[in-house]
Formats: sequence, structure tokens, C-alpha cells
Amino acid sequence: MIELEGLTKRYGDKLAVDNLTFSVRPGVVTGFLGPNGAGKSTTMRMMLDLDRPTAGSVRIDGKHYRQLDEPLKHIGALLDAKAVHGGRTAHNHLLCLAQSNRIPRARVDEVLETVGLTAVAKKRSGGFSLGMGQRLGIAAALLGDPRILMFDEPVNGLDPEGIHWIRNLMKDLAAQGRTVFVSSHLMSEMALTADHLIVIGRGKLLADTSMADFIAVNSRSFVRIRTPEPERLRDALAKAGASAPATAADGALEVEDLPAERIGELAAEHGLVLHELSPQRASLEEAFMRMTAASVEYQAGAPVPGAVPVPGAVPGGAVQQWGGSWEQRKQGKES
Amino acid sequence: MASATAVLQSEWTKVRSVRSTVWTLVTAFAVTVAVGGGISALVTATWGDAPPADRAMFDAAQTSFSGMFLGQLALIVFGVLVIGGEYSTGMIRSSLAAVPQRGVLLAAKVAVATALALVTGMVTSFTAFFVGQAFLGQRATTLAEEGVLRAVFGAGLYMTLITMFAMGVTAMLRSPMLSLGILMPFFFLVSSILAAVPKAKEVAQYFPDQAGARIMQAVPMGDAPYGPWGGLGIMALWVVAALAGGYLVLKKRDA
Ligand SMILES: Nc1ncnc2c1ncn2[C@@H]1O[C@H](COP(=O)(O)OP(=O)(O)OP(=O)(O)O)[C@@H](O)[C@H]1O
Ligand SMILES: [Mg+2]
Repeated sequence: MIELEGLTKRYGDKLAVDNLTFSVRPGVVTGFLGPNGAGKSTTMRMMLDLDRPTAGSVRIDGKHYRQLDEPLKHIGALLDAKAVHGGRTAHNHLLCLAQSNRIPRARVDEVLETVGLTAVAKKRSGGFSLGMGQRLGIAAALLGDPRILMFDEPVNGLDPEGIHWIRNLMKDLAAQGRTVFVSSHLMSEMALTADHLIVIGRGKLLADTSMADFIAVNSRSFVRIRTPEPERLRDALAKAGASAPATAADGALEVEDLPAERIGELAAEHGLVLHELSPQRASLEEAFMRMTAASVEYQAGAPVPGAVPVPGAVPGGAVQQWGGSWEQRKQGKES
Repeated sequence: MASATAVLQSEWTKVRSVRSTVWTLVTAFAVTVAVGGGISALVTATWGDAPPADRAMFDAAQTSFSGMFLGQLALIVFGVLVIGGEYSTGMIRSSLAAVPQRGVLLAAKVAVATALALVTGMVTSFTAFFVGQAFLGQRATTLAEEGVLRAVFGAGLYMTLITMFAMGVTAMLRSPMLSLGILMPFFFLVSSILAAVPKAKEVAQYFPDQAGARIMQAVPMGDAPYGPWGGLGIMALWVVAALAGGYLVLKKRDA
């Protein structure tokens, strides 16, 4: 169990982490999601007492990190795979970490085996590939057989086989009743591994929800229609009992509560010409992008159109950020 | 609380498992002994040309430590890499995650490296002494002469303290490149140049190396306002200040 309370980190003028309060529970994989620069790594560094919070606190099983007796036996973390002296062999790197926490020497060979680095155990880690370095970092996290595990972007640099392996590893660890906290900026990745989701943007908490709820609410399906006579179609839809359709950026209508077949029949009855009639399903990635659109720090090009509030989001500060775009969307509906 | 012996053991594994440890310590030994021996041989060869005043003041023990000004640089590199290697590689974050009591981590690291520097320093100073005396022939001294054993022993302590000073400075600067860029020219050039300039000498004689080097003289010379142990004490104060500064930086700054 990890508990954050009002965790805040300021670098000069910049608020990197803004009053985060949430807990990470055992037995499930908790995904920690946010766009680049959202503050994920900073939050994780504060959890390990590497960075000192400007305000707020982190408790690991009720204790501050510094109060943990032999912390590697409580919490193992992969922060960045480069936190290794490249001149040391993989074996010696793990051995010096193990010795500091009185972890038996035999455990070093065990974790090297687990991550598949036995063959290069006596090689200096400076020559390792990105993926091998990542595996060495994971080995270090597993060293103390901790009840809590934390991974910052663990799939970085791993090949498909490695990605598959780490996904299963995280699920297995959670199934053993451990607390697994893993960051990513890819919603699709999280959808495959995480049971619970914590989303941040610009250091603020945007959502703290179960993955199932997030999917149920956000995998919105609708029918996309283009017609030269949108007003007549609107009338027809209204008469058939559909709620007012949304208008996409290119003028297409989006109907959520009628199936495509029914809309086709309606158009035929009214002699309406349709240029497009296509069932759509919003991806989770889109839902995530909409959720964080207002708080994306380093955005390429135009903002995501029609940013809307995402259900399941945390009420409070961040909601106000979406307020503007919510208004726009309502106006779009009415026009 | 992490166990102190466990952390010491871990730091010992760290220091012995990187190549730079062996090559810096071996270089310190080899350079100090070889240069000391070479200068001793040169003194013997040119003895007839030396002015009488120099002959009267001749310090056979100190002459055998003539390689120290060069050999100390290798120990500085050792001290810088022991601490700075953690920062330049990012290892510091793994180390602090394992041992979040930052004072304990630094103390263990400094203790292990200091022990190695002490052993290297003593082996080097005694070897340099005996090699130097062998080349000095008739003008050689022995450990039984007044002040000689103190000078030889002191040379080993000097090498230990200079290593500790380098560790303290690096803990403050958190970068091996920056630390080397400051320490190497300072101890190789700046300090000795200033010590040779009449006015600047008043200040330079309190620099760690200038004050500490006094203990390597068996025959007192110059007009330093401190004795051999006083000088070493001044050097020790520099070491304490540097390590205290390093501790504060480690404690206060984000890793
Ligand atoms: N040491 C530091 N000094 C100054 N600013 C920092 C520091 N560390 C992080 N920041 C800033 O804090 C913000 C959050 O950074 P952080 O690395 O935590 O984001 P992130 O969510 O991990 O991003 P990414 O997905 O790119 O890894 C960024 O704007 C970053 O520039
Ligand atoms: Mg990051």
C-alpha cells in the first residue's frame, strides 16, 4: 500500500506535481498515466525519497521511506534503467545493492535468472543494450522480494517478447497480492495490464478509477453520418426519439443512441441522401487524449478537437480546465 | 535503520568492482616511488654542483617523497571517482533507494575509500622512502634519525587526507568532471605557484597540501608558523570542512 497525501513538488516557478492525493492498493496493477512532463517520474522519485516534496507526504505501508528498515525488502523500483555504474558487472551491481539490505547473495543469481541475464551476469553493464539495461533495473527491483513494486515506463526499449514478458510479470506480481504501480504514457499499454488507473496531467490528478469503469464509460460508440441536408436529418432523428446528435469538426453528425441500420431506414423513409453512415468506436487512447488535452505540456500542432470531460474523472480543480471546451461542445450541439 | 556493517560491505563491493580503483591506486604508488627514486638519483649525481647552503639543509627523507606532488593526483582521481562515479552514472539513485539514510551511505563510502587510501599511502610512503634512500647512497638517512619515522608515516597520512579532501569536494560538486577540473590544476599548479610567490605565500601556506606537506620534512626548513603536526592538523580541518559540506549537499539536494 502506497499513500500519497497532498504531494507537491515545485522546481523554481514550475509546479511539477500539484497536490496529489491517492493510494495504490495491493493485489492489482495500478497504471499511472499521463502525457510527457505530467510529473509521473517526479512523483515516483518522491515516493523513494530521492526528491524532497515541497509539501505533502508519501507513506509506504504506513511509514516514510526513510523509516523503512532495509527498504529493498519493502519496495522495489525501476526508475530509470541508467541508474547503474556501467563499469560494474551486472552481478556486482546487484550484489552491492543486495549486501546493503542484507539480502542473501543467492538471490542475485535468482533475479538474474528471472530477467534472463544469467548469460551476461559477468559482463560490465555499460555495454548492455537498452532492453538489457531495463531488465537489469527490473532485476534490482525484484531483489528484495518486496511487497510493493514500482516501474517507471518499464516497456521502454523492450522488444515485443520483452513487452509481453513484463506485462505477465506485473500481472503475476499483482496476483501474488503485491502492490504494483506502473507508469506509462500509452493508454493502450495500460488497457492490457492495469486493473486500476490513475491519470495525471500537469501534475494534477485527473482520474482515479478502475480500468473496467474507465472502459465502460469511455469506449463510447456512435454512428457517424454525413449528409447534404443535416437539418432535415436532425428533425427525422428527433422524431424517431434520438437525442440531439453532436457535430464533428468536419460537419458530420454523431448519433449515440440509434444503430446504423435504424438510421439508414430513417434516411430512406425521408428520402435523405447520405454520404456516409459508419459505426464508430472511440478508442481508449482518444479518451485519454481528451482527458489530458487541457493539460498537455508539450503538444505538437493543434489541440485535440472537441475536448470533453471524461466521466470517472476526479471532481475539483482539473474539471474547471475542461469547462471551457465543454461549453464549446454544447454550443456545437445546438448549432 | 540500515545496518552499518551491511552498508560498509556493500561499499566495499562497489569500490572493488570498478577498474578505476586498481589503476588509480597502482598509479599513485608507482608514480610516487618512481619519481622519488629518480630525483634521489639525480641529487646523488649532482651533489658536487649543489651550493653549500643546500647541502647543509639537505633532507634525505623529504627528497625521497619528491614524487608526491605527482602521485597525489592519482589519489585525487581515485577520491573523485569513488564519489563522482555515483553521480555521473546515475547509480546514486539506486544507492539512495537502497540506503535512504544519506549520512550513513556517505560515511560508509568515505570510510571504505579512506581505508584503501591509508593502506596505499603507507605502502607507498615506506616504499618511496627505502627506494629513495637506496639511490641517495652516502647521503641516505634511516628511520632511527630524528623526525624521519614521523615524516614517512606522515607522508602516508598526507596521501590519505588528500583523498578524503577530494571526496568531500566531489560530494559538494556532484560531478567528477567539474571536481577534476578544479582539483587537478589546483594541486598540480596553482597551490605550488602561489606558495612560491612572496606575498601570496602568506595565504598559500594554509592551503591543504602546503600545510599537510610540512609533515614530510624531517629537517625543518622555511618559516611556516606551524609544526609538522600543526600543518597536518590544518589539512585535516580542510578535510572536515569539505566532507561536512559534502554531507550537507547530499542531505539537502534532490538526488
Ligand atoms: N530536476 C528538475 N528540475 C527542474 N524541473 C524538473 C526537474 N525534474 C522534472 N522537472 C519538470 O517537471 C515536470 C514533470 O517531469 P516528469 O519527468 O516528472 O514528467 P513525466 O510525467 O515523467 O514525463 P515523461 O512521460 O516524459 O517521462 C516537467 O515539466 C519537467 O521539466
Ligand atoms: Mg518520466
